[in-house]
Amino acid sequence: MAILEVTNLSKSFGELGVLKDISFTVEQGEVVSIIGPSGSGKSTLLRCINQFEKADDGRISICGLDMLVKDKNGRTVYAPKKVLQEIRLKIGLVFQSFNLFPHMTVLQNIIEAPVHVLKQDKSQATEKAVELLAKMGLSDKAKEYPCNLSGGQQQRVSIARALALNPDVLFFDEPTSALDPELTGEILKVIKELAAEKMTMVIVTHEMQFAKEISDRVIFMDGGYIIENGTPDEVFENSENERTKQFLERYHS
Amino acid sequence: MNGESILKVTGILLEYLIPTLKIFGFTLLFSIPLGMVVACLKMCKIKPISWLTNIYILVMRGTPLMLQVIVVYYALPYIRMMEGLPDFLKNMLSGIDVASDDFMFGAVLTAFVLNYAAYFAEIFRGGIEAMPKGQYEAAAALGMTKPQTFFRIILPQVIKKIVPASSNEVITLVKDTSLANVVAYAEITLKAKQQMMNYSSLIPLFIAGVFYFAMAMILTFLFSFIEKKLNYYR
Ligand SMILES: Nc1ncnc2c1ncn2[C@@H]1O[C@H](COP(=O)(O)OP(=O)(O)OP(=O)(O)O)[C@@H](O)[C@H]1O
Ligand SMILES: [Mg+2]
Repeated sequence: MAILEVTNLSKSFGELGVLKDISFTVEQGEVVSIIGPSGSGKSTLLRCINQFEKADDGRISICGLDMLVKDKNGRTVYAPKKVLQEIRLKIGLVFQSFNLFPHMTVLQNIIEAPVHVLKQDKSQATEKAVELLAKMGLSDKAKEYPCNLSGGQQQRVSIARALALNPDVLFFDEPTSALDPELTGEILKVIKELAAEKMTMVIVTHEMQFAKEISDRVIFMDGGYIIENGTPDEVFENSENERTKQFLERYHS
Repeated sequence: MNGESILKVTGILLEYLIPTLKIFGFTLLFSIPLGMVVACLKMCKIKPISWLTNIYILVMRGTPLMLQVIVVYYALPYIRMMEGLPDFLKNMLSGIDVASDDFMFGAVLTAFVLNYAAYFAEIFRGGIEAMPKGQYEAAAALGMTKPQTFFRIILPQVIKKIVPASSNEVITLVKDTSLANVVAYAEITLKAKQQMMNYSSLIPLFIAGVFYFAMAMILTFLFSFIEKKLNYYR
């Protein structure tokens, strides 16, 4: 089953077309990386899917729920609020800059949504949070405040926070870009572990080696278009496309 | 002044600490919630509302509080004299005794609340606008509603941010209460002035000064304690 289906999506900021006729699907258990030069629209694509930007045209459906559809007059409309909220809870998002809640401990950050959004009871949510922290190698940090953690640790907490809602698909927008180079490894390791558990993930990244290793499929975007959508081998090794080749060359040098 | 009269004056001033504290307390009680409302109005997306609110804030912060107290106090006699006032209003207003303690207090409090609400509004707005967008987005991504986001994520962080600026206002307010003496409202400064003339001595003014200083110090310590308490995160 397709977890995510994006069809002919477009989006502009005023005059500036940022997403142009974007179509792709993500299947259950798939790991899809999105690569491309700065300004190509990768973040905007994730933000449209996560309801932070309004798309102009196209269709999006997630886990069989229609989020953006055409109504019978052919106008592009969003689903009712209730459905949007339902979709929101089926997907998780990990930000480049972590965005942990600084006034809450690590544990409080993780149980906040399960307790106050899903209305789970606190002990149940805490149990799950402790499990997630162990998985992230942060068992001893539950009572710390985010400001006392390294960037890599903060990002692992934010991954745990997203996982606490049991999402069907997890989106990452450059999860390692705000980190010192020596800290990116620990995040990539966590993502690899999630991939091994068949977590469905869509990852915007500039880590080409990582994308190559981990992805089932790689999408290359440029100028608001999807230029390529194929296996890592197809995109990284055997691309016929000039723009793809140019982009990858710049990364190798 | 001998020791006995100093003690006596201190006693009198201590008694009039109560009206001073009344202005202080009630001003805080009303101006803080009103300041929140004003801050929301200024951040309102409907432009005319935001502009009008801004004019109100500019006027309140751009003119002296003493002048505002005088205007509010003396407005009543002039409004009463206005032509074409409906009868019921005329009757109602003419029943008010402008020399009464209650009316003076009401006038002083009105001016203080309107003035301090403008200052607090700017502090609150600054605090709210300084919140990074990422906090709202993280909350939204977790499915939190707007009220949940505001009360559980934004407000606790805003409070910590605005404590230093608010503490300045509160300490200023304690000293500003002395402005009530311009409309002859009996509080410490007015009484100290009377005792000064009574005894032909500056000592009553010094005693009043000691009272204000003590209150300012207590507040300073109180706020540095609160700031420390809130320092559990950065
Ligand atoms: N809120 C906005 N208002 C106006 N223009 C925007 C906005 N957000 C993004 N843009 C523009 O849209 C284009 C695509 O931006 P986007 O952030 O999606 O690129 P990206 O592929 O994520 O780049 P990067 O690799 O640098 O993160 C850029 O030209 C950017 O300036
Ligand atoms: Mg981006």
